Amino acid sequence: MSGKNFKMLSNPFNLQNPVTVQILGICSALAVTVKLKPAIVMGLSVIVVTAFSNLVISWMRNSIPPRIRIIVQLVVVATMVILVDQVLRAFVYDVSKQLSVYVGLIITNCIIMGRLEAFAMGNKPWPSFIDGIGNGIGYAVILIVVATVRELFGSGTLLGFKIVPQAVYDAGYINNGMMIMPTMALILVGVIIWIQRSYFKQLNEKE
Amino acid sequence: MQEIINIFVRSVFIDNMIFSFFLGMCSYLAVSKTVKTSIGLGIAVVFVQVITVPVNYLLLKYVMKPGALSWLGETFQGVDLSFLSFMVFIATIAAMVQLVEMVVEKFSPALYNSLGIFLPLIAVNCAILGGSLFMEQREYENIGQVLSWGLGSGFGWMLAIVSLAAIREKMKYNQIPPALKGMGITFIVTGLMSIAFMSFLGIKI
Repeated sequence: MSGKNFKMLSNPFNLQNPVTVQILGICSALAVTVKLKPAIVMGLSVIVVTAFSNLVISWMRNSIPPRIRIIVQLVVVATMVILVDQVLRAFVYDVSKQLSVYVGLIITNCIIMGRLEAFAMGNKPWPSFIDGIGNGIGYAVILIVVATVRELFGSGTLLGFKIVPQAVYDAGYINNGMMIMPTMALILVGVIIWIQRSYFKQLNEKE
Repeated sequence: MQEIINIFVRSVFIDNMIFSFFLGMCSYLAVSKTVKTSIGLGIAVVFVQVITVPVNYLLLKYVMKPGALSWLGETFQGVDLSFLSFMVFIATIAAMVQLVEMVVEKFSPALYNSLGIFLPLIAVNCAILGGSLFMEQREYENIGQVLSWGLGSGFGWMLAIVSLAAIREKMKYNQIPPALKGMGITFIVTGLMSIAFMSFLGIKI
């Protein structure tokens, strides 16, 4: 893989992170992070959908009339999401139930539309595919970090396995019920943004 | 009737689109710099929501549900098109947004200019699609309930964005650590607002 492609893959991890820097795709990032498992499944689904819809739109980019491009993009993305949804229902039905409407909401995930508009409409299929994977991973990483914190402190488990030993509970430790509430997801993302921008000063907003 | 009012109150305060489902966060965070534009966007969202949710309900009921096509004749009795719901919902929404855009452009150019790029982006606002998907998932019984859910969810979203915009306008004069400025503090403020909305959870209706 050439250096340029690698850069495209690695940039979304940090300085171009779709969630914390571009502020895209927040809805699902917050809602599915109560437990780690749905977060991982959601991350994988988004990687698949972004990568393949980027690929398809990039193939078609020269034949899409500009006026109706949003609808064409939506149809392509919706097709991908229907495929992902059917696969999830077939193989991991319980997770698909937990994700409920958020699988469908991948269609309106701003990351996907954003990448289609900003990248796939103007670039060749292979770089677009890589860009899709990179941004999908950048999104999945944030999801996994938030979900790890919330599940560990909210339920004392990770992926359903007990992490906090019983002895600690006996000594008076109580799971933080606040972590399960939607509120903490927002505050955690705020804190992640805070930490990231303290290290990388160039990301600070000027007002 | 009572049921309809209950659904409205629930969807505004308890199942608020922003504070309990995080739907439509992107435009919520991006447009909430001034109260005026956020009121405009809020009205647009309520409007689109009130139209699309009932339209999608009718499509779901008479076209897509298992056996819904039986009004076409015996042969269509067993047809189940519900796997198409994502595609049909998003197509309805995209079409309706286009319509709203044209109407707003014609009758209120000032609002049209201030909403700018965000009007077409309502099509990809998760709150709108989320409204339709929750409508499907919760299996509302009649058009009155669906209408009330559409109105309530849109109104709840508007309430959230207008109050955040008001807070952000005041916050301009505050000393905030540079790394937290902008998005970071906005997230934390939203989190605190959602704590306030949690107090409605105790209401049983």
